[in-house]
Amino acid sequence: MIALPLFGFFALLTVGSALIVSFSRSIVYSGFALLGTFFGAAGFYLFLSSDFVAVTQVLIYVGGVLVLILFAIMLTNKIEDATTSNPSLNRIAGAVLTFVLFLFLVGILSGTDWVVQDEEKFASMVTPIGNALLSSYLLPFEVISIALLAALLGAVVLVRREVR
Amino acid sequence: MLFQFGNVLVFIALAVGFVFINLFIGQLIRPSVPSTMKGTSYECGEEPVGSAWLNFNIRFYIIALLFIIFDVEIAFMFPIGVVFKQWVAEGRGMIALAEILVFALILLFGLAYVWIKGDLEWVKKLGNQGK
Repeated sequence: MIALPLFGFFALLTVGSALIVSFSRSIVYSGFALLGTFFGAAGFYLFLSSDFVAVTQVLIYVGGVLVLILFAIMLTNKIEDATTSNPSLNRIAGAVLTFVLFLFLVGILSGTDWVVQDEEKFASMVTPIGNALLSSYLLPFEVISIALLAALLGAVVLVRREVR
Repeated sequence: MLFQFGNVLVFIALAVGFVFINLFIGQLIRPSVPSTMKGTSYECGEEPVGSAWLNFNIRFYIIALLFIIFDVEIAFMFPIGVVFKQWVAEGRGMIALAEILVFALILLFGLAYVWIKGDLEWVKKLGNQGK
C-alpha cells in the first residue's frame, strides 16, 4: 500500500519545513521554508478526503499568502541583518510553553476515538460544497464577498496613507 | 478520487525529478574548472552594487494583496461552477446565476472604487491624493 509511505513523506515535509521556519536565523529562509509546510498541509487535507480544501490550500496559501509574506519580509528594514530580523528570545519560557502544549496535544491524541475510514468512501467534496453554498449557506457565501470587499478597501486605504 | 490526485503527484514528482536528475547528469559530465571570475553575478563584467535583498516598493505588496482577494473569490466560485449545470438541469439556473452575480458584483464595486481612485496606478502622482 502506497498511502502510508506517502503520508510519511508529507509528514516529514511539513515537520521538516516547520523546523526550518522556526530555527532558521534568516527570516527570508523561514519564509521560503513555509512553502514546504503549506504544501505538506495540502497533502494532509487530501488524506482527510477533503479535495477542495487541499486545492484551495495550494491555490491560496502556496500561490498567494506565501507571496504576500515574502513581499512583507522584503518590505522590512535591515532585512539582511539576520540577528535583528529573526532573534531568538525567551528560550526558557518558550521551552516550558511548548512542552505544556506538547502534553496537551498528546492528551488529545490519546483521548480521541479515531474513526478509521474505508478508502471507498473517499469521494469528491466539490459538489456538496457547491450545493451547500448555493442553498443552506447562501448568506455566509454572500457575506464572504463583503468581508473580501472590506479587506480590499482596508488594504488599499492603509497603503494609500503610507505612500506619499 | 485519491487516484486522480495520484496523477497530480506523478506530475509533481516528474517536475521535481526532471530538475534534479538533469542537474545530477550535468554534474557528472561537465568539466569542473572554477575561477573567481565565473563566480561573479554577471560574467560580462558588470559589478553588482550592494545587496540583492533590498526594500521592495510597497506597490508590490498591494498588488499581491489584491491578487489574494480575487484568488479567494475564484476559490469560492469554483464549486458553484461545478454544480451549475446540475442546477440548470433542475430548473434553478437563474437562482444560482443571481447568487453568483451578487457575489461577484460586491467585489467588482470594490475593484471599481480602487481603480477610479487611482490606487492601482504604479506611479502615483504626488499631491493628487483622493481626487
